[in-house]
Amino acid sequence: MPVPVLAARDVKKSYGRGAARFDALKGVSIDIEEGESISIVGKSGSGKSTLMHLLALLDKPSTGAVELSGRDAGALGGRVLNRTRNQTFGFVFQQFFLTPNTSVLDNVTLPLRIAGVSGAERRRRGMEALERLELADKAKNKATDLSGGQKQRVVIARALVNEPRVIFADEPTGNLDTATGAVVEEILFDLNRRTGITLIVVTHDEDLAAKTDRSVFIRDGLIVDRSGENA
Amino acid sequence: MSGLDMIRSAVGNTFRSKTRTILTVLAIFIGAFTLALTSGVGTGINRYIDTTVSSIGSNDIMVVTRTAENTSDGPAKYEPDTRNVASQTASPGTTVRAITTGELDDIAGVSGVTSVDPALAIRPDYVEYNGGTQYQVSFAGFPGGTKLNLAAGADPAPGTSKHEVAIPVEYVDALGFTSDSDAVGKTVTFGVTDQTGGSTTIDATIVGVAQPGLVGTSSLTANDSLTKALYDAQSVGLSDASKNSYASVTVHFDPSDSDAQISTIKGDLKALGYDATTVKDQIGLFKTIIDAIVLVLNGFAVIALVAAGFGIVNTLLMSVQERTREIGLMKAMGMGGGRVFGLFSLEAVFIGFLGSAIGVIGAILAGTALNGVLANGLLSALPGLSLIAFDPAPIAVIILVVMSIAFLAGTIPALRAARQDPIESLRYE
Repeated sequence: MPVPVLAARDVKKSYGRGAARFDALKGVSIDIEEGESISIVGKSGSGKSTLMHLLALLDKPSTGAVELSGRDAGALGGRVLNRTRNQTFGFVFQQFFLTPNTSVLDNVTLPLRIAGVSGAERRRRGMEALERLELADKAKNKATDLSGGQKQRVVIARALVNEPRVIFADEPTGNLDTATGAVVEEILFDLNRRTGITLIVVTHDEDLAAKTDRSVFIRDGLIVDRSGENA
Repeated sequence: MSGLDMIRSAVGNTFRSKTRTILTVLAIFIGAFTLALTSGVGTGINRYIDTTVSSIGSNDIMVVTRTAENTSDGPAKYEPDTRNVASQTASPGTTVRAITTGELDDIAGVSGVTSVDPALAIRPDYVEYNGGTQYQVSFAGFPGGTKLNLAAGADPAPGTSKHEVAIPVEYVDALGFTSDSDAVGKTVTFGVTDQTGGSTTIDATIVGVAQPGLVGTSSLTANDSLTKALYDAQSVGLSDASKNSYASVTVHFDPSDSDAQISTIKGDLKALGYDATTVKDQIGLFKTIIDAIVLVLNGFAVIALVAAGFGIVNTLLMSVQERTREIGLMKAMGMGGGRVFGLFSLEAVFIGFLGSAIGVIGAILAGTALNGVLANGLLSALPGLSLIAFDPAPIAVIILVVMSIAFLAGTIPALRAARQDPIESLRYE
């Protein structure tokens, strides 16, 4: 059996202490295999975003462990952790988080700039990513001048540019109309199928969730089955 | 993120909110402009002093006077065999105990002293040229070896039997010469009245015409043989003891002596009861005063800069606030806190650099223009003085100081940015 690219082992996460203590996750275990597409589904406040943050190594669990390729990520130091996030993960957010007044290309190459890739190489890989998303002609435009669908494609290009193993998509179609949303979904699933990038979609939209290989339902900090019973 | 990319990003970010950046830069500009201008005044005046130092005296002499009696416990007792002469350094009318011939040998005996010349107070009545109008004269009490700021000719030479004199520019016309160089080589006559009331005249050759300087704008300078001749002429009728009483003497030492050796000589003279002042000490006093004034002015400029520093804090805090999402995103993508700190610090330093560079350039332009105006107006009596001068070193120091103030101001917002939690920054509801 192959080692899962990401795994959560009885992960608990709580915020605050005493009476104000809030348990966002109450013991979640999950294995995510290399190359699969998986959706984490839940309502607002269910703990799905917390789970994504833990899997993306943006946060540390209160107890339990997150494993990256079978190794405990909690043991990684700050610098290694930053490099791992930079090289392994790509992020697609509902709100695009594009830097205004900056060119599309500069936005796309941000992860490469953070990684310290040289200017020429950055440009080459940035243009490559934009070409894959049919946005090469917009490279010099200001990011804020694009339509919603175009912006989300820029965000996907940015997530792809460092050739990550895992893409986290947090409500990737939440801000788009149905038609544009469908196009963006198609791009993400196509990437997953053709290049084998692991796709983790966090959503409350069950239609979108149904298009992934499998769905994990979260409610009140626990994994439940589709009907809402504790799994 | 590589260093070059950091700088490029920081510079780019600076111009994202142009109005805000311009206003902050303007605040720093004002401080840096003032600082550059005030330190320019210091540089200008000190440079002028340095160029006119040589007209005060050369660097191998010290003026020796008797240490004043301690009168805090009542007046000093009179000692027979001592004489008083008019003091050349204390307030007018004051007398000091004279240095006499025998004491010159004591001074000459101090190790390191190569020769001793009494400072002869000469006061001829007039100077005339070719039987023309007679003019009053005064001689600068400067010791031998003096180098003048010459308009024509040469310094009066020591160690010759010829009577040589240098006259200030203002005497050239008065005495009837057509030009500065015309005066050189001509013979003028000094009239002297001695102690018995008799009059004598002494001829001297003009060897140089001196520019007015910070000191002695209207004094003539005589070489030692002319000084001696004039002194002898005016002292006719005095007893030898009176004639050979001096308020101060000039001590020569080896010009290659170190500061430590010079202070040893001073210490030895002090032990004998004499105060010694080198030219450097006199100039040092000038410079200390100028430096103190400039320091106070600089203090005001620094206050302006500190105020501008708060402007930087404000600007960058707003910037951090506006760019919360962007910072969060960069951190999520693996940018370390240190790098985020560096990015915002660099932005602050760049704003500081902009403000100080523009301020310094503005100060140089304004200073040059002001010099032009002053040279033809207020300061026309002091040719060669540019009130405001700029040296590369202080200019570089100003820019660096402003940049470090900017860096310090930037640490607060930069720390805030560096500590930002990416999850909090990227939350949206």
